[in-house]
Amino acid sequence: MSDMAAHSTFVRMRIAASLPPPAKGGMMGRWNLFSGWLNTALTLLCLYLIWLLVWPAIKFLLIDAVWTGSSRDACLAQTGGSEVGACWPFIAAKFSQFIYGFYPQSERWRVDLTFLMGALLLAPLLIPCLPYKAANAFLFFGVFPIAAFFLLVGGGFGLPHVETRSWGGLLITLVVAVTGIVISLPLGILLALARRSEFPALRVAAVIFIEFWRGVPLIAVLFFATYLLPLFLPPAWTLDALLRVLVGVSLFASAYMAEVVRGGLQAIPRGQYEAAMALNLGYWRMMGLVVLPQALRIAIPGIVSIFIGLFKDTTLVLTVAIFDLLGQLRAAFADPNWASPVTLFTGFAFAGIVYFVFCFGMSRYSLFLERRLRTDHPREAE
Amino acid sequence: MSNGSDTAVEMTGVHKWYGNFHALNDINLTVKRGERIVISGPSGSGKSTLIRCINRLEEHQRGRIVVNGVEVTADLKAIDEVRREVGMVFQQFNLFPHLTVLENCTLAPIWVRHMPRKDAEAVAMRYLERVKIPEQAGKYPGQLSGGQQQRVAIARALCMNPKLMLFDEPTSALDPEMVKEVLDTMVELARDGMTMIVVSHEMGFAREVANRVVFMDEGQIVEMNEPEAFFSNPQHERTKLFLSQIL
Repeated sequence: MSDMAAHSTFVRMRIAASLPPPAKGGMMGRWNLFSGWLNTALTLLCLYLIWLLVWPAIKFLLIDAVWTGSSRDACLAQTGGSEVGACWPFIAAKFSQFIYGFYPQSERWRVDLTFLMGALLLAPLLIPCLPYKAANAFLFFGVFPIAAFFLLVGGGFGLPHVETRSWGGLLITLVVAVTGIVISLPLGILLALARRSEFPALRVAAVIFIEFWRGVPLIAVLFFATYLLPLFLPPAWTLDALLRVLVGVSLFASAYMAEVVRGGLQAIPRGQYEAAMALNLGYWRMMGLVVLPQALRIAIPGIVSIFIGLFKDTTLVLTVAIFDLLGQLRAAFADPNWASPVTLFTGFAFAGIVYFVFCFGMSRYSLFLERRLRTDHPREAE
Repeated sequence: MSNGSDTAVEMTGVHKWYGNFHALNDINLTVKRGERIVISGPSGSGKSTLIRCINRLEEHQRGRIVVNGVEVTADLKAIDEVRREVGMVFQQFNLFPHLTVLENCTLAPIWVRHMPRKDAEAVAMRYLERVKIPEQAGKYPGQLSGGQQQRVAIARALCMNPKLMLFDEPTSALDPEMVKEVLDTMVELARDGMTMIVVSHEMGFAREVANRVVFMDEGQIVEMNEPEAFFSNPQHERTKLFLSQIL
């Protein structure tokens, strides 16, 4: 017994130095790709599956693809070789249609200018280290939409009027998506705040609005806006077809946005509100400076999901005879001049790549933003 | 009782209920300017509720609360006037995690007082020096220890230049070795003559700086006395029991 008692007291003579963590090993080691026969088998199986998926795609899109030609003849098996891949001359021939729709040839510089302006204003807004964010945001969200409207629609400043009926392609896709995104975020935030308001009337109004728009399918909204709304309105009121769709899409997206933002708001502890109130910030400054910056950061994944969903859903305008990128694509399929067995696959591959670039870009940017805005739990990133 | 300029807080017959629970029961308390009050009592006795009624984080349902000559009512203007003069420090610090320490301190001066950013930063740095952490100004709250965070919270409240400071169990959420640094800051504040109402179980602090100690139980003020008499000669049975449990 006395022996154990002697061992139970202990005094360290020297505090040991901190050591670096053990090496994690390379990618092979960390991922356990070949650490045992089962893992090795699974790794080989997965490599085989990847090969099965990727190789035909590469073969179709690049190796067997037809790169030059001026009509369907180039893409037929008889002339192009035994196996014909993607028919890129088809895309090249129809490219301007995919971008502009039936926007008059002579006026297409206006679309180009709009795209360029948008890109030049958006890029510095997204790069955090560049200065003048407030002015930049004002230009993009306040000035750009108005400038784009006058530039695209025309009818003033010596620009001939271009009916929205002749718009199409990527132009429509971007106009619908950007309008939806730019309107749904602020409107969704206001709806979320209203739904959490202490005024019952405001709360009920927000709940009714949100549940109504979430309860109806987007296609129904588009149909209603396009075919039924004119029946209810006096004949003198002729709203532009595209405008009606834009309003429908924006309100629809706002309802979803409101719920995502509300989720973020609910994650903010009561103490944050109390500290803001004790500092006498008042409701709007409390929300704008303390609560929303934190809530929106939490809600980024949900917000971006809605943006991506919205971008892809724009293609539903096809059902009300507005031809977005996909609509123009399908119109181009009907051209007998380019009818070939691979036209369809080529077209959809092209559309898929375009949609993927936009959606993947949004997704990666949101991840970057999330990481950048993280100030708490610095160790979480590891 | 008067609302004279030497009275910081005057509570008369204040009652509050949470549903059917009688959280504050006939509270009568007058705090003079420059006075330091420590409120103590068992958990759920209404201590926090009492001081949260002073700046209207909680609303009382009966009685009168007058703070710096302004009665606390549902009127937004009155609430605004009261909060302008009252700073508060919370048990959980409640710093804004998305802002740096300096931004935490300058937020309200810039947006509420409309102080130019430069001036607000100068004021903030002065108070951060006073709580002895000017070197942490550029860090985020999540990178600081609990004691440091609480000192930032004190500096943040001081930046609004309050006449009265409320402390809601400022050391209860701290690791033991960090309690002292926060208490030292508070002692210093008391020496400078700040009017303070402190909910705390730190009896050493109460002995050192309090003019009066208030003991609460079941929503009522059970005993109130100068610290010396309060600790050496408690009158009420509940006070004796409570002191015997914590000392």
